Amino acid sequence: MNLEPVIGLEVHVELKTDSKMFSPSPAHFGAEPNTNTNVIDWGHPGVLPVVNKRAIEFGMKAALTLNCSIANETKFDRKNYFYPDNPKAYQISQFDQPIGYDGWIEIDVKGEKKKIRIERVHLEEDAGKNTHGDDGSSYVDLNRQGTPLIEIVSEADMRSPEEAQAYLDTVKQLIQFTGVSDVKMQEGSMRCDANISLRPVGQEEFGTKTELKNLNSFNNVRKGLQHEIKRQEKILNAGGAIQQETRRFDETTGETILMRVKEGSSDYRYFPEPDIPNLEISNDWIDDVRASLPEMPKERMERYVKDYKLPEYDAGVLTATVEMSDFFQETVDHGADPKQASNWLMGEVSAYLNSEHKELHDTQLTPKALAEMIKLIADGTISSKIAKKVFKELITKGSDDVKALVEDKGWVQLSDPAKLLPIISETLDQNEQSIEDYKNGKDRALGFLVGNVMKQTRGKANPGVVNKLLKEEMDKR
Amino acid sequence: MNFLAHTLEELHEKLVNKELTAVELMESVYANIEETDERVGAFLTLNKEEALAAAREADEQGIDPDNVLSGLPVGIKDNISTKGIRTTAASKILEEFVPVYDATVVEKLKQAGMISVGKLNLDEFAMGGSTENSALKVTRNPWDLSKVPGGSSGGSAAAVAAGQIPVSLGSDTGGSIRQPASFTGLVGMKPTYGRVSRYGLIAFGSSLDQIGPFTRTVKDNALVLNVISGTDDRDGTSYRGDTPDFTEGIEEGVKGLRIGVPKEYFHEDAKETAIVESVRAALELYKEMGAEIVEVSLPHSKYGIPAYYIIASSEASSNLQRFDGIRYGYRSENIGSLEDIYVKSRSEGFGLEVKRRIMLGTFSLSSGFYDAHFKKAAQARTLIRQDFEKTFEDVDVLVAPTTTSTAFEIGGKIDDPLAMYMADVLTVPVNLAGVPSLSIPCGFSEDMPIGMQIIGKHFDEQTIYRTAYAYEKATDHHEKKPSFKGGE
Repeated sequence: MNLEPVIGLEVHVELKTDSKMFSPSPAHFGAEPNTNTNVIDWGHPGVLPVVNKRAIEFGMKAALTLNCSIANETKFDRKNYFYPDNPKAYQISQFDQPIGYDGWIEIDVKGEKKKIRIERVHLEEDAGKNTHGDDGSSYVDLNRQGTPLIEIVSEADMRSPEEAQAYLDTVKQLIQFTGVSDVKMQEGSMRCDANISLRPVGQEEFGTKTELKNLNSFNNVRKGLQHEIKRQEKILNAGGAIQQETRRFDETTGETILMRVKEGSSDYRYFPEPDIPNLEISNDWIDDVRASLPEMPKERMERYVKDYKLPEYDAGVLTATVEMSDFFQETVDHGADPKQASNWLMGEVSAYLNSEHKELHDTQLTPKALAEMIKLIADGTISSKIAKKVFKELITKGSDDVKALVEDKGWVQLSDPAKLLPIISETLDQNEQSIEDYKNGKDRALGFLVGNVMKQTRGKANPGVVNKLLKEEMDKR
Repeated sequence: MNFLAHTLEELHEKLVNKELTAVELMESVYANIEETDERVGAFLTLNKEEALAAAREADEQGIDPDNVLSGLPVGIKDNISTKGIRTTAASKILEEFVPVYDATVVEKLKQAGMISVGKLNLDEFAMGGSTENSALKVTRNPWDLSKVPGGSSGGSAAAVAAGQIPVSLGSDTGGSIRQPASFTGLVGMKPTYGRVSRYGLIAFGSSLDQIGPFTRTVKDNALVLNVISGTDDRDGTSYRGDTPDFTEGIEEGVKGLRIGVPKEYFHEDAKETAIVESVRAALELYKEMGAEIVEVSLPHSKYGIPAYYIIASSEASSNLQRFDGIRYGYRSENIGSLEDIYVKSRSEGFGLEVKRRIMLGTFSLSSGFYDAHFKKAAQARTLIRQDFEKTFEDVDVLVAPTTTSTAFEIGGKIDDPLAMYMADVLTVPVNLAGVPSLSIPCGFSEDMPIGMQIIGKHFDEQTIYRTAYAYEKATDHHEKKPSFKGGE
């Protein structure tokens, strides 16, 4: 049987607000357990949640970026369940009136473009964290409790693990550009669950799905889906039936493992959160938030092609992350030629980052220094050969004044004819045969002479100038 | 010093004139409580040392002549959070619980210079109408110690009625201030939803709960509401509009006022015809004072009880989940698993009525039942609210009995929860609609007080107080003193 996977993703993204969704505690990652908490986070008797307006705006930004409509009237609901990391025994979430709905994004898998629809984007609060100690006790850390989250629910529009990964890449890229989240899977500020089923190609109806959890990296999303497709295929091809269940991806074995079988859906007894009045979102507010959105990757890409005449491919690479794109933009703003800036960032800079497993902010390179270096190449102060040395210096040690640096290091090119002419005359005097060869049309002779001058100047001479002067001098003889 | 004889303004004058010091006043409070509370049982916790220290400080700083409440004692219902002072909600599950913060109303009372003397008994988690559901204590009605003080704010009512304190705070989710005020001959206000911050009130039905004052006179009541109301950034449902001076215009009388009489609130088959008769007599009096009496209809009132018990219980079932034995409160000793912590702590920690409401609410919210129960109740609630809004296009206030009976015998209804629920028929629509309502004494039936409620428009407590004040001036029910008869 020819089977086709049907994949939908639920992505949780932590919003980077200063304080929590419903309490004034700081919403920061990595503090000592239970230090970023207060009575509200502890769920003490009598406390009340108050909505963080910034979290609403961040949620709107994310939803708008994902081409969602924004609800003019939205509300919060309680999702009830007992667990020690959930101090109120309910999570404040959004049930039937999410802040964003009916969105879509475009993904690109090996040049093939496809629209993936987004069912909804809703706001909710994160839970705390339980840990099980070696001493047999369990511990609860409520630092994360109440951190604002958005949940992005896609339609089941993806047909391969590669599409799922492209979807995640694009969601991450878009959210990152808005600045509302760090979207880092390794730190948990982006999390993903996947729903997957198989069906015979051509069939409309969905098959029975399983839910995959613990997909804590982009690779694991792909690997988990790949494994789950194989597992389901095997069962279906053997005439079996898929059980609706939740499975966990095990990183060490690369397999998915049964967590629990769903017997009907869990009853969270959702009902409207009475402590938070319904939220009216005016069109003016939506317009303000829309206007505050930064330039998004697609717009930047189009501008780079149009204004800077960059090839589409290059523009795409430069806008893959907000950090790279901002770096490029600042380099150009500091006066660098866009094409040169692009070449350096896509070439030497990317190669360095890949080999060192670093990101731009881990290095000493600044847009200003890169721009200065590019200008020094353009005006002939340094040769492109020397530039590689300069670059090494800039990315490992950094510099506020690249011109001073190359002067200090003695890396400035020799371009002054007055200084070059004596060396050229001397070279010509010593190589009369080469002059003859040149005059007889042997181009190699000129190269030989240039090399000789370069050797004499220990590589500092400006090859262009040397070339020109040699020709003039030979013509005179 | 017995507070039955003095208004807040009179006490204030004595303090300002130094006829009385705050310490003397406070000492007399505790002497009085010691003398009467063994019989009445209003207080769950007393904080004598802190209160006397605060009184001493008030004397040292001098009583502010512009601040009518400074140095005066107040009692707090024990479902309102008081920093460092045990707050139990009259439940075994919170019997040892000491909050780390003050409720907004407690902060406000302190800022006004009032001194909290202790915490008052209630039905467990404010669920009930007799205070018999308290897991910790029996409270008796000072007018007849064999009878209930009403509930859930029974302790708050009994303490003021007994003259132990001049003022107390209660909370009203479905009548829990007005009904005990009615049973004990007091003035009790359920303010407009949002008027008083709920921050620090242990939530029962979050969309219905309001804190309000018990006093002996109408003006006292307005003075206390002045202090506890106002916008609170810690409560998203708190009213963002202005807070007026509730005593302003209180003496203007009722001439030209249109008083609506909702026919659904006058059960001709009421067990105690004396109640309906007393309220009718009050309406006659209003008419004589120049008010216009208009018969009106609130046709959806009959859905009040079912809608209320579904909504309040649904919200409660969720609100009470945090009492899970994990972070604070009672935890069963007999546990072997996480599930045991939850199931056993809650089974052992909650009383029967609380469990009944949790079951009712959980059921109403369950998938498959939500539409038929919670959603229907929410729709009925909208209709009830619209009834009031429509009626208030035509009248300024509504006047009706607060209860269908006067205080009943302790143990008289406790085994008949449905009868207990039905007794709230005249108070719950007000909470569902969010409108304010004040219960004031309007007569006696077999020596037991009768209450009349004056219901106002949203955020128009001023007109209510004005209407109540005119009646109080013209009558002397509020001057009668309880007999402390009955009991063993």
